[in-house]
Amino acid sequence: MANDQFYHALKVDESLCYGCTHCMNVCPTGAIRIRNGKASIRKNWCVDCGDCMKVCPVNAFYVEQDDFDKIYDYKYRVALVPAVMIGQFPSNISESQIFSVMRELGFTHVFQTEHTVDIINDAMIEAARKQSEKPLISSFCPAVVRLIQVKFPALVDQILLVKPPIDASAIFFRKKLQDEGIPDEEIGIFFVTPCAAKIAAVKSPVGETKSPVNGVINMDFMYNKVYHGIKNRSGSGVRSPGENLPNLGPKHIKWTLTNGEAPHMRGRCLAIDEIHNVIDILEKVENDEIPDLDFLELRACDESCAGGVLVVGNRFLTVERLRKRAELFKDIHGIPEDLASYVDFMKTRLPLKPLDPRSMLKLDEDMSVALRKMQQVRKLMCYLPGIDCGACGAPNCLSLAQDIVQKEAQLSSCVFIQRTMEKHKKLHSDHAIRIIDKVWGKDRLDKDCTKLGAKDEGT
Amino acid sequence: MEFRYEVEGGNFSRAGHASSAVKKILKQLNVDNRIIKRIVVALYEGEVNVVAHAHKGSILVDIDEQRIEIKIEDEGPGIPDIDLAMQAGYSTASAAVREMGFGAGMGLPNIKKNTDELKIASEVGKGTTLEMITYLQ
Ligand SMILES: Nc1ncnc2c1ncn2[C@@H]1O[C@H](COP(=O)(O)OP(=O)(O)OP(=O)(O)O)[C@@H](O)[C@H]1O
Ligand code: SF4
Ligand SMILES: [Mg+2]
Repeated sequence: MANDQFYHALKVDESLCYGCTHCMNVCPTGAIRIRNGKASIRKNWCVDCGDCMKVCPVNAFYVEQDDFDKIYDYKYRVALVPAVMIGQFPSNISESQIFSVMRELGFTHVFQTEHTVDIINDAMIEAARKQSEKPLISSFCPAVVRLIQVKFPALVDQILLVKPPIDASAIFFRKKLQDEGIPDEEIGIFFVTPCAAKIAAVKSPVGETKSPVNGVINMDFMYNKVYHGIKNRSGSGVRSPGENLPNLGPKHIKWTLTNGEAPHMRGRCLAIDEIHNVIDILEKVENDEIPDLDFLELRACDESCAGGVLVVGNRFLTVERLRKRAELFKDIHGIPEDLASYVDFMKTRLPLKPLDPRSMLKLDEDMSVALRKMQQVRKLMCYLPGIDCGACGAPNCLSLAQDIVQKEAQLSSCVFIQRTMEKHKKLHSDHAIRIIDKVWGKDRLDKDCTKLGAKDEGT
Repeated sequence: MEFRYEVEGGNFSRAGHASSAVKKILKQLNVDNRIIKRIVVALYEGEVNVVAHAHKGSILVDIDEQRIEIKIEDEGPGIPDIDLAMQAGYSTASAAVREMGFGAGMGLPNIKKNTDELKIASEVGKGTTLEMITYLQ
């Protein structure tokens, strides 16, 4: 598995990307380079956190989703909806309105992802007793799981080996429908995703062989469709028939928000959101700087899933709405009724297989080669100016030096080195321009009054 | 290959920067994760001891294919009785240092546990030198 290319859902639309450096500079794993005037993502380095998409000035990043019509490949079409979907609608729109419009759009069933949270929680507490190395880290956020695999390989054994709600709920609802007599191949389960990371987790799952989810639909797409549906029939009061979903309690509603898991785990637990904060804490955990810590809830997005790249609503308002909703249903506790008789069935299906580290940091598999390369990097750094401007198409001088050693770039990619080479007559100025073309696209330095910002139009 | 880091006495907010840097280097060199962990834990404790007990210090790291050698040298009060200091639970840390979560007297024993070879030399009133070697294969 370690050398496989990993699927990732974040893609660059080359017709929109105009080759700036915003995404390259924010990428927390340094996975982006500029080539031919376009951002290019290193597949094995990307953890699908979505920071690039959030910062792109021209919306050139998109999240690849399944074609909506794919749901019609199945006779029974299940939408698996996480709580943050409801949270982003204004409070005068009820969840039964939302779910009934979703049924009108083509789903035969709408289920809530957090339905299985209680049994997941029990399994997490149980697994925490067996996994000795502390603190244990929740497997909830797939961007965090990938981040640990690529950047903190020593910590992979500390990931709590229990499936997250999306997988657990897909397994449960599939089984439930099968027990109603529906053949497996007629059931299509589609997750309405708040983020790219969840898509990647479905397309190339870690710790399980095949995802129980058949497809993924982006939450922004679904939101627009549903909102449109609700607006177009407002006043008429018509509601499509279909059962109301069981109300979930506060624990379920808040599970995907920050501090959703931590208060329900044993011992000293911390909840941390936003990927840079997560990186900071993982750094400390790796140094053994925090003794007596038992559990870490880590989420890549600020305000956890309410801040997912595909969540349309403002994340703070989404959190507010969900907290209010949790307050409203504060008397609901425990396992939803229909799940009770499946507890034993689910118990055997919740464990994840141990995960593999796949470090992207190593300069070479072979340590003597890696040492030599490191020596070369240090030597190159003596020449590079340390300005970290990104004009070479790499996020900073050190990344360029490493790229050069890995034969992915040349020293002359640095614009300042080009100057010095020109001065010493080692580089012809035409050649220098060609080098710039290669990174920034052809004719990039020509006058162009149509480019973004040329008219200072406030974008 | 050699690397050098400076450590500032009393500045707890910076404690750990050398350990983190060395950790990054070892990851780049594809050293086994378990060995990295031992090295980093030992180095972190040594670094914090300089911050907590000495005025200033420097860390010299020398890596080749076989081993990593780390020398932590400080200017500070020195350790009068090294055998005593090595005992688990022995600490002279001030209340202020304990407030910050240090001072359990576990640092030196932890370093001992996590290195293959450890030498400590100290002169009261001048400073302390720790030399630790860990084999990488
Ligand atoms: N670099 C040093 N300079 C002077 N004294 C030191 C130094 N390192 C250790 N000591 C002395 O040795 C004692 C034991 O050190 P050790 O690292 O085991 O425990 P600690 O630093 O007191 O607490 P902990 O490391 O558990 O936070 C210290 O309390 C201090 O008196
Ligand atoms: S915090 Fe939630 S929305 Fe953000 S990446 Fe993780 S799982 Fe996705
Ligand atoms: Mg100490």
